[in-house]
Amino acid sequence: MGDAELIPKPLVAPPVSETVQPFFDRVHGWITTVDHKRLGIMYICYALVFLVIGGIEATVMRIQLIRPHNDFVSPQVFNRMFTMHGTTMIFFVAMPVLFGFINYAVPLMIGARDMAFPRLNAWGFWMTAFGGIILYFSFLGGSGLYGAGSAPDVGWFAYAPLTSPVFSVGHSSDYWIIGLLVSGFGSIATGINFVATIFCLRCPGMTLGKMPLFVWLNLITGGLVLLALGPLTAAQIMLLIDRYLGGHFFDTQAGGSAIIWMHFFWVFGHPEVYVLIMPAFAFISEIIPVFSRKAIFGYPIMVAASVCIAFISMSVWAHHMFTVGMTSYGNAFFVASTMAIAVPTGIKIFNWLGTMWGGKIVFKVPMLFCIAFLFQFLIAGLTGIMLGAAPLNWQLGGSYFVVAHFHYVIVGGILFALFAGFYYWFPKMSGRMLSEKLGRLHFWLFLIGFHLTFDFMHIPGLLGMPRRIYTYEPGRGWDIWNLIITIGVLFQGAGVLVFVYNMVSSYFKGELAGDDPWDAWTLEWTTSSPPPDYNFAKIPVVHSRRPLWDIKHPEDPDWKYDQ
Amino acid sequence: MSLKLRTGMLLRTAWLCAGIAGSAFGQGPEGSNPTSIFSPASTPANSIYDFSLFVLAICAAIFVTVFSLLVYSVVKYRKREGDDGREPPQVYGSNQVELAWTVIPVLIVVVLFLATARVIHALEDALMPAGTTEVTAVGHQFWWEYRYPELGFITANELHVPVSDPQHPTPTHITLLSADTDHSFWVPRLAGKTDLIPNRINHMWIDPHETGVYVGQCAQYCGTQHAKMLLRIIVESRADFDHWVAEQRQPAQGANFTPGRQIFETTACVNCHTVVGTNAHGTFGPDLTHLMSRETIGAGIALNSPENLRQWVEDPDHFKPGVLMPAMQLDGSALDAVTQYLLTLK
Repeated sequence: MGDAELIPKPLVAPPVSETVQPFFDRVHGWITTVDHKRLGIMYICYALVFLVIGGIEATVMRIQLIRPHNDFVSPQVFNRMFTMHGTTMIFFVAMPVLFGFINYAVPLMIGARDMAFPRLNAWGFWMTAFGGIILYFSFLGGSGLYGAGSAPDVGWFAYAPLTSPVFSVGHSSDYWIIGLLVSGFGSIATGINFVATIFCLRCPGMTLGKMPLFVWLNLITGGLVLLALGPLTAAQIMLLIDRYLGGHFFDTQAGGSAIIWMHFFWVFGHPEVYVLIMPAFAFISEIIPVFSRKAIFGYPIMVAASVCIAFISMSVWAHHMFTVGMTSYGNAFFVASTMAIAVPTGIKIFNWLGTMWGGKIVFKVPMLFCIAFLFQFLIAGLTGIMLGAAPLNWQLGGSYFVVAHFHYVIVGGILFALFAGFYYWFPKMSGRMLSEKLGRLHFWLFLIGFHLTFDFMHIPGLLGMPRRIYTYEPGRGWDIWNLIITIGVLFQGAGVLVFVYNMVSSYFKGELAGDDPWDAWTLEWTTSSPPPDYNFAKIPVVHSRRPLWDIKHPEDPDWKYDQ
Repeated sequence: MSLKLRTGMLLRTAWLCAGIAGSAFGQGPEGSNPTSIFSPASTPANSIYDFSLFVLAICAAIFVTVFSLLVYSVVKYRKREGDDGREPPQVYGSNQVELAWTVIPVLIVVVLFLATARVIHALEDALMPAGTTEVTAVGHQFWWEYRYPELGFITANELHVPVSDPQHPTPTHITLLSADTDHSFWVPRLAGKTDLIPNRINHMWIDPHETGVYVGQCAQYCGTQHAKMLLRIIVESRADFDHWVAEQRQPAQGANFTPGRQIFETTACVNCHTVVGTNAHGTFGPDLTHLMSRETIGAGIALNSPENLRQWVEDPDHFKPGVLMPAMQLDGSALDAVTQYLLTLK
């Protein structure tokens, strides 16, 4: 059986090595590591640094827009800020932080000792890290070192022909291209690793149908990464050929096509949204059952719906292009595919509700974030339907309504799920609990800030305010909303500060976590917190989706039921 | 806090939000929101407005249903004080329930799709009746060029179109081109936006039902001064429009051989600007033949007053940092002279 090893051990302090290693040895250890747990933590820390940078860029924009005709920054600086903010948040915050959690948790959840390709894993992390550094080097070297720096100002989707040498003089766009190219290689490597690990390294007894939903969803994430990043990488190389080898793919002055770039970018860009939301779904699907004290409702349907979302997500990209003048048939096709994706997404929300239904819900901080996620993701989905209806998109596309919508997805959805994940897995990673009190303060500050900013951001969109404008005319009825939006940023910033403080202080003097602080059911909670290098002294054997439930409830184990 | 009190607060908050929203979207052409999508004044905007109410109603119904379920389960199934500590019954799923919450959304999606397809077809495949005014709009960094190919003149930044009687529509069909980067033509009260993309020909149409000035702005990021690429459409009665057309077709009325004109024609001004009837034939910047017939300068960012005009010629960056027009380095008297000349371009 091997169940004896799965029983959580009593509360003990995390192991402290007898002799403290010299500082440089420790740094060397982290830099040369191929351990999935250390790489996961490095991904997360790296992303948190960029989260703060991207947040500062957002704050600069919001201060500039606090009133009409403000001159806090020049148009050039503003345009760089929104380009860097978008690029940073997608490629150097959301992707790495989610990859970090997946890296950390998946091998533990499937009872493996590491990822399938540990060296490739390290390579992926360092590629991502170099990508971010290359992008930010543009602040120093964007115009060539003698001409000093300037970050790219082409927008995060960098529509052609703004990126052609005529309109983007100097090297800032090159840093953008190469930064994403390099980190893109890292992401592809990581995607391969996720898929290979999940297919090949599951412990005995863990069939595909007995994997935790977390693992299923991240298997899909890995697959989507492989499908989505390719077109982006190809487009970046084509753009480099245009800029340096006299190509004309996107060079409209020489007969190239601006539309082709849009297709390439959004064939990547839309699945990318699902690359980011799948891990968020994964967090929610682990945390809601544990804090509702019930098994996930409709596991096979959840898996089917997720696979369905992944497939459909490959066919919806041109809903980002409803205003480029496609034929009515083209528009209708992308309306149909976009709306179709609402069905499996709705099924997921209903199943989470079904999980809570009839449970005993415990309102610990991770669960608070999950409930807020459900509420906000519902609204994000509904505004998504509005934007997916092409005629409404003709009015609302490219306006602040879209900005509000996708921040509802990425902040209200993904970031809230991430915070839930932080509070849930921090004890496993550090051996100590995050403070519940500070966690609640963080939750409420961030919730208030989020709603002040992004609820009210829908309104200027409906009133005709386009995105990416560094200033606006008075008398359009936009002023008051922009003021409120900016005030919300203060609350969000305060929330993040509390969160960072919570992590630092809890790391040093938080309450000891023990192996299984949440009374949870998946394999990572059977090993010590933090886990030893080898994860499990003996590879576990499982009989159901909730191995720890089986041990804790020998009178009523999951494997008795035909799930 | 009691549940009743919370519900009361929720209701009050909702009421407050509704009030704020109501005042925010205040209608009417003279209202405080000249660019609200909820005060349409032309068939395309109107169809989208009606359609948006339908979509909003469906989304609101879904929201209320799911939100109530969420609140109910959070409140009803919270772990209570004095809980016996036992785990709740484990339910793994239910095929009937799954089927229900799959089929119902599918039906909603089908209805939404059909309604959407109808509006797409009605707007995008509409045939233009005889008497349609043809305009070609060309997006430039960061201004608008308007050509009237059938009427034989070119103007900039302020588009004049005739009003259209809903009974006997005389719409304006706009062909959209770009001279450089992507732009997007968005006047929310008249129609949804359509992009202007280099190497591509796009189309849109409007049929404004009331005379007046309708504003909007470029809605696709096009470079440094994307924010100050404003749109201004002047909808006039047929008689006023014809009168305006007749004036625009005339060559420039400017006085001959003034010092200002000499400076204008002997400096780089003529490389970019056209003044019909003189030897200024540039096409990189706005046509100035009838500059003084326009209410604004710099693509709508300043009133067309003598002071603003002088300031613009002296230092275009003052109004629009990053604009492509260079400062001409003219001294005070030359500036006065050029401004005087421009003021004669009625």
